[in-house]
Amino acid sequence: MERDDLIVNDSYALNSHHSEEEGAKIRKNIWKVTGILTLLTTVEVLMGIYFKRSETFTWTMIKWSFIILTLVKAAYIVLVFMHLGDERSNLKKVIIAPYMLFIGYLIFIAISEGFGHLGNFNTLH
Amino acid sequence: MGGEATKSIAKDVLWGGGRSPFSVSYGKMMMWYFLVSDALTFGGLLTAYGFVRASSTDAWPIGEQVFRALPGLDGEYPLIYVALMTFILIVSSVTMVLAVEAGHRNDKSGVIRWLGLTIIGGFFFLGSQAWEWSHFIHGSGGSFLLAENVTVTADDGEVFNLSKGDPVFMDHHFGHLVEPWIEGEPNVSFVENDHGIKLVEVGEHSHEAELHALTLNKYVENESFVSGDEAMKLWNARSGTFAFGANMHDNEYAIQQAYANFFFFITGFHGFHVFSGVVINIIIFIMVIQGVFERRKHYEMVEKIGLYWHFVDLVWVFVFTFFYLV
Repeated sequence: MERDDLIVNDSYALNSHHSEEEGAKIRKNIWKVTGILTLLTTVEVLMGIYFKRSETFTWTMIKWSFIILTLVKAAYIVLVFMHLGDERSNLKKVIIAPYMLFIGYLIFIAISEGFGHLGNFNTLH
Repeated sequence: MGGEATKSIAKDVLWGGGRSPFSVSYGKMMMWYFLVSDALTFGGLLTAYGFVRASSTDAWPIGEQVFRALPGLDGEYPLIYVALMTFILIVSSVTMVLAVEAGHRNDKSGVIRWLGLTIIGGFFFLGSQAWEWSHFIHGSGGSFLLAENVTVTADDGEVFNLSKGDPVFMDHHFGHLVEPWIEGEPNVSFVENDHGIKLVEVGEHSHEAELHALTLNKYVENESFVSGDEAMKLWNARSGTFAFGANMHDNEYAIQQAYANFFFFITGFHGFHVFSGVVINIIIFIMVIQGVFERRKHYEMVEKIGLYWHFVDLVWVFVFTFFYLV
């Protein structure tokens, strides 16, 4: 099994220093991600203003694209701004897997069990 | 097979047990664990919001119709203010990641500059949220519920068959005077003449407001305006149940009090996180100026508070989507 507690290429957090040249590269990436996040937010706001909520297929698609755009934004923030993308893969899994498991389970329970009463809602009153 | 470390590790960077799981320091690991638990809290809150909203039998308010005001301006600007708040938070997240980057180059003045800007961004966000809350609490005119069934024709010609208990919304100027009037303030009086009705307030801030138009479905689908005699029909069918803005007991935005309660709890809990983030940032900012991390020869502490600050931004991205957009 791969050891994850060894220092490889000085990548350990306390040794994590970089040079001016590397810094310039990292900053360029930061500004790129800033542009992406701003663009996605602008698109979301424009869609929110333009499309009115209704019981149509279009609105369902809009709703899902909001959720997908949000997840893309979240991925950029976590992987680039929070540097999780640069961490060991074991750390990534330890952070993300339990979260996905619990929230996935919670949403599943809310949908499957929580809405059970709606099927016979009318008979309850 | 290297069962033990094949490269020597400086003693001062190892954890107590002599190993360094995941090749990160203990503090950073624990910050991540804390963020996972905090994210579960927010995930639970947003799931609860979604559940209550989906199982609601009454219409749920539409974000761009509730949040469409800008400070000091008349007119409607749907979502612009929240979009601005989101942008402020994203920018402060960027300045924070630049502070972390400067820390990796041991660039003290760079860390001071970017961390300082992050703190200013945090204050801007908190100020915006205070205005947002104030506007939400004071509302934009208030509503009353009908005491009987009424049929009215809206200005665009559409006919509405309204039932007892349906909400009707007043405009900002009129509703502002209705609140003291129904509370029995002696300096607000009700004047009725051929042209309609108006409320007059005398005293230091003397002014008056006429009943021009009433609004139906203000915060949900099919918003419509009713004016003239039709508006008077609605006004005369009013019950004694009024709601102005929002508090913990009633709100003008929705039949369900859960809407206002979720707004207060989720944005309030997030705002509290921003506030603690700003306080922590200020503490670390002072430590940077004092040269604590320069002597330590690394700025990992900036990285750790950076994780927390980005997390606050991350939560807002989800609150923005699920509370304002969807």
